[in-house]
Amino acid sequence: MYGYNGNILRVNLTDGTWKTEELDLEMAKKFIGGRGLGTKMMMDEVDPKVDPLSPENKLFVVTGPMTGNPVATGGRYMVVTKSPLSNTIASSNSGGKWGAELKFAGWDIIAFEGKSEEPVYLSIEDDKVELLSAADLWGTTVSNTTKKLEEKHEKGCKVLAIGPGGENLSHIAAIMNDEDRAAGRSGVGAVMGSKNLKAIVVKGSGKPEVPDQDRIKELNKKQLAKIKENGVTGEGLPTYGTAVLVNILNELGSLPTNNFQVSQFEKADDISGETLADKYLIKRTACYRCPIGCGRYVKSGDWEGGGPEYETLWSFGSDCGINDMDSIIMANHWCNEMGLDTISAGATIAAAIELHQRGYIKDDELDGLELEFGNGTDIAEWVKRMGYGQGLGAKMAQGSYRLTDGYGAPELSMTVKKLEMPAYDPRGIMGIGLNYATSNRGGCHVRGYTISPEILGLPEQLDRFETKAKPTWVKIFQDLTAAIDSLGVCLFTSFALGADDYAEMYNVIAGTDFTGNDILAIGDRIYNIEKQFNLLAGVTSAEDTLPKRLLVDPIPEGPSKGWVNKLDEMLGEYYKERGWGEDGIPTEAKLKELGL
Amino acid sequence: MIKIEVRYFATLRIDDKKKETLEIQEDISVESLLEQIGVALEDVAILLVNGIRTSPEYKLKDGDVMSLFPPVGGG
Repeated sequence: MYGYNGNILRVNLTDGTWKTEELDLEMAKKFIGGRGLGTKMMMDEVDPKVDPLSPENKLFVVTGPMTGNPVATGGRYMVVTKSPLSNTIASSNSGGKWGAELKFAGWDIIAFEGKSEEPVYLSIEDDKVELLSAADLWGTTVSNTTKKLEEKHEKGCKVLAIGPGGENLSHIAAIMNDEDRAAGRSGVGAVMGSKNLKAIVVKGSGKPEVPDQDRIKELNKKQLAKIKENGVTGEGLPTYGTAVLVNILNELGSLPTNNFQVSQFEKADDISGETLADKYLIKRTACYRCPIGCGRYVKSGDWEGGGPEYETLWSFGSDCGINDMDSIIMANHWCNEMGLDTISAGATIAAAIELHQRGYIKDDELDGLELEFGNGTDIAEWVKRMGYGQGLGAKMAQGSYRLTDGYGAPELSMTVKKLEMPAYDPRGIMGIGLNYATSNRGGCHVRGYTISPEILGLPEQLDRFETKAKPTWVKIFQDLTAAIDSLGVCLFTSFALGADDYAEMYNVIAGTDFTGNDILAIGDRIYNIEKQFNLLAGVTSAEDTLPKRLLVDPIPEGPSKGWVNKLDEMLGEYYKERGWGEDGIPTEAKLKELGL
Repeated sequence: MIKIEVRYFATLRIDDKKKETLEIQEDISVESLLEQIGVALEDVAILLVNGIRTSPEYKLKDGDVMSLFPPVGGG
């Protein structure tokens, strides 16, 4: 079978040994790779009740069959483990060039077990694998770690690393690669930190074998044309990046502002994609084999580097009531240096501001720093303190749920399953609320991005306030996304490509014979095994809900005024669509149908 | 005559013109207005009036705010 190298690198950090295992290709076909295969390995090898930061938890770094192969955006990898933030399955996706390099080195998966006594990093040069001391890297920022390892190792090597955030076990710590790309969500960086694993440097000299060059050329010609002709992937994302959504969501009155207290931000244009492009953008950047190039390379004052995404402009921007683009750019930069998830970090600062606003956090806890809506002066400094675990920053580094709960006000945490929700107020967009509530990793938009039909009109326009048919849409989007995340390509291709296109991609690269429906069925299988993991971990379907604020307090003003999310109208229907019982638990029949 | 506001976004923002207030005849449709102001309907992917998705046939009313976006997306 093509598409895979057939090799798992299993590293035991406790005794400092490693070995090669053969990838079960029949199993791979059932779960594709990436998110699906990683979750299957977690289910097979790890007790779902495991303490996420204990040596018994495992950390899987998993490529997909498209990773490193000559298809559009074929460079992504997934980190799969148990989340310390949500206690659910964690699977965080990242682009850049690192994932493809791992494939070039001859590996599909790295499975980390145990815990090293001292800080180490893993060096891979094809089949030469070494665990080396990270004593001089521990405590350093992501860019410094990357530079040091690039100097020390073979030219062209790629570096994946955690920052101080992961080392200090921040529950919102990310794993970074290529300096500013992030497997951001669910606190996966803390799991890596708990194992005393600082980095993975990889250099590969091979290329995966492909079955038929002519078919690949034909496939690429067709799919690249679709991506180019699509207004979003062909023009919108290349020109403005993801940041262009700021003004759209604001005009709809669904841009969460001041920790979801209101849903429109008067100064949204100051933090918009248009402003970023006009005043800060130097060039756009792209991940491995990406024809879209949504990445932003920006300049702010004397500093230049990777710029903020839409979610980050929101989390540090309107969610904190801040319209100072320079402050947001620096907060984003320090999240990358500390290795922190920009959504959770910004949203946690927003929650901290509300705690301060309501008198829970006292002035004497601030060490003289500013912490108020609309004031961006110290947000980058708060990010550093979260990363280094200093003062109030140490409490904030555990995410907004633990922060607010510690002050006796958990209702101020805008999270689902303790994961901070992103930049779409589900009171004004019903389907995305159902997706947040039922996402297997908690409050996440990229588990089922129904913003596409509900706001962008792709593949067709749905009424955002309507609940009917949303359960069907959410399920299809969740299943397709699970498959895309497992293939090793970017979710953004789905603006232009559908299930049949992904089946064709898989067939051409791996020599399989799947249809679009088969791809959706595999996605369904992945979604169900994730749900099973969560249930066994003790995360019940009672947590398939939204913060009370979004179910009870109507949006107070603007175009979505008066709306709350009508989750109760959708959830039962969604469970039925999934073939689950009314209790939100997969039935025996459903699991049997999926071969689970 | 009625007064409406037009807001331009992304590539529809020409010469940095973010918005303008127009005095127009009553009962004019969005489609006709777009023609008058030189915006091709096929270039508009998201058409909002007062923050709500609206069809090109909609007859504009006094005080309406029309927001125009080309095909854009993100995540």
